[in-house]
Amino acid sequence: MSPTPLPPPGQKLEHYVAEAPFDAMSTERLTEAQERIYLASQWKLMWWKFKRHKLALISAIFLIFLHASILICEVIAPYNLETRNSHAVYFPPQGIHMFHEGEINFPFVYGTERELNMELLQWNYTNDTSKRLPVRFFCSGDEYRFWGFFDATFHFMCPPEGGTLYLLGTDQLGRDMFSRIVYGARISLTIGIIGISISFVLGITIGGIAGYYGGFADLVIQRMIEVVSSLPNIPLWLALAAILPVNWSPLLVYFGITVILGLLDWTGLARAVRSKLLSLREEDYVLAAQLMGADSGRIIGRHLVPGFASHLIATATVAVPTMVLAETALSYLGVGLRRPITSWGVLLNDAQNFNVIALYPWLILPVVPVIFVVLAFNFMGDGLRDAADPYK
Amino acid sequence: MVWYIIQRFLIMIPTLLIISAVVYFVIELPPGDYLESYIAELQTQGETVDPQYIEFLRHEYGFDKSVVERYFHWLFGIFQGDFGFSFEYQLPVSDVVGDRLYLTILLNFVTIIFTWIIAFPIGIYSAMHQYSWGDYGLTFIGLLGLATPNYLLALIMLYFANVWFGTSIGHLMDPEFVNESMSWAKAQSIMEHLLIPVIVLGTSGTAILIRRLRANLLDELQKQYVVTAKAKGLKNFRALVKYPLRMSLNFFISDIGSILPALIGGGEIVAIVLSLETTGPLLIDSLQSQDMYLAGSLLMFLASLTVVGVLVSDILLAFLDPRIRLSGGSTK
Repeated sequence: MSPTPLPPPGQKLEHYVAEAPFDAMSTERLTEAQERIYLASQWKLMWWKFKRHKLALISAIFLIFLHASILICEVIAPYNLETRNSHAVYFPPQGIHMFHEGEINFPFVYGTERELNMELLQWNYTNDTSKRLPVRFFCSGDEYRFWGFFDATFHFMCPPEGGTLYLLGTDQLGRDMFSRIVYGARISLTIGIIGISISFVLGITIGGIAGYYGGFADLVIQRMIEVVSSLPNIPLWLALAAILPVNWSPLLVYFGITVILGLLDWTGLARAVRSKLLSLREEDYVLAAQLMGADSGRIIGRHLVPGFASHLIATATVAVPTMVLAETALSYLGVGLRRPITSWGVLLNDAQNFNVIALYPWLILPVVPVIFVVLAFNFMGDGLRDAADPYK
Repeated sequence: MVWYIIQRFLIMIPTLLIISAVVYFVIELPPGDYLESYIAELQTQGETVDPQYIEFLRHEYGFDKSVVERYFHWLFGIFQGDFGFSFEYQLPVSDVVGDRLYLTILLNFVTIIFTWIIAFPIGIYSAMHQYSWGDYGLTFIGLLGLATPNYLLALIMLYFANVWFGTSIGHLMDPEFVNESMSWAKAQSIMEHLLIPVIVLGTSGTAILIRRLRANLLDELQKQYVVTAKAKGLKNFRALVKYPLRMSLNFFISDIGSILPALIGGGEIVAIVLSLETTGPLLIDSLQSQDMYLAGSLLMFLASLTVVGVLVSDILLAFLDPRIRLSGGSTK
């Protein structure tokens, strides 16, 4: 507003009337960027914060892809789980080539020749570079029953006509390691998911009771947590796994092992739930809910748990790799899963002594996905933990 | 202080009792008992089984009593130093286990010390050079150690030790010392063989400790007193060692409690792969053959080792930080 010239003395001052409509909020108005933050829900804020942790984001994407892959492992694996080739026992990993004598080719593998080494009684495989066999993509190969509904033969990648495609070699029965690792993910990863679901439910229930009721219940549960967490996990898992009846079917053993892993791992979660509840139950909104007549189940479930669900998810994420590793260890020692159920640990069971590493080092390759999964869960857990409290 | 220690000891007793009940329950769970599998084994070999002899064994080993009675029998036996009888070896459990207990304790103790020695400087370095390449690199290596299954690392080291040095690193001592009594030469041999298992076991614990120490130090370094110290002209290093480091030491010691169960468990598996003379190989054998008193006593021993480890860390902590013993509670 420009200063108007003063009227001559003795006359009335003119009124200034602003023409713009009155806006009471004009000084407090937020910029658009600020408004976005203020109006965002808690979960949105967490997502923004999580996105900033690049390593965690990459890990999350990797894990999502991996877990999605277990739905279609029949299609991803070039061979079936139990497809044997008695002409390719302990076959070393085969490379896919693009270049042959300086020319670009469609991806191909070389043909192979084998001869028996009579001294070591071992097959030697050599590349026959004169034969170039193009790898087939989106093709039909081994027949499988998809999800138990219908038979199919479609694979993303198949061995060339008249040739083999053993990307990671074969085992002592001539089964493709790569396909077996792909199928193994199905078992190893579901153990993590089911196990953590069990311990999640146990942790929330037990920790919830301790934190909400306090007093005697809290005392007993505290003691219980202390006892369970001071038991050395692996020996106890060993003991519980070793006592699964011998006449159980492999599938039943799989569920048994999963439950055992879940049963001992809830203490960390229960402790987190308890301490959070102890601080949250003093809040006014809990009192309000109580006065309105909500029962304790509803207060815990509807009002308290959502308040720290993000922390729980972060805690649970960090606990998943423990289970994957534990399953691997048990199966490696031969007390975990039983064949024909195939997990990464069962595959590693073939690499029991160091002759294997000397002669067939590719048999320890199933450890690579184990390491990646454990690392990815750890990074993702880090990111989630940072993001769990977005208001900080 | 004395009062605190006594109190801490008293808390330990019910914990151990509950653990013993849990352990006994677990080893009693499988259907059948050792005698039944023993009889089945005799029968498959075509031998006749004298029912009177079986009845005698059943009575002798107390299988005709109820579970609760047997539990208390076992429990009171432990108080008198009698851990029961191993069916598999036909010897008292304490004779079967022998030196293995001490070697297990030695292995775990040395591993913890090793973990500290490695984790301490790395944690400090990482905290002082946050987000530097060194920090990232060391953190990553630590995590890699955490993610690699110990037993495979052991297997791979076993292989490379053989290829590069032509030595076998399995076992905890040279074969000629196995049934010898302790001597200087034997101790030396044990020390040499201890190196590889300790490194293998140390890899996973170190990663956890590094991350905790780093996070803790970073929290402390932002506090006002550090800023003040620096403003007064204290050198970076001195400003770190003088106060923040002492604060995070607390954490370092209380962490024994949390890494010990994992460490002992991992140790058992590595021991199986490297055929160390610790309790690991015995434990898995006894579990598979339902040699229940041996398995139970070993499990009980491992659990007590953790409980005592936590106790030691609590007492150390009380020495280090007077606030803890004044408030009187346990650290958990």
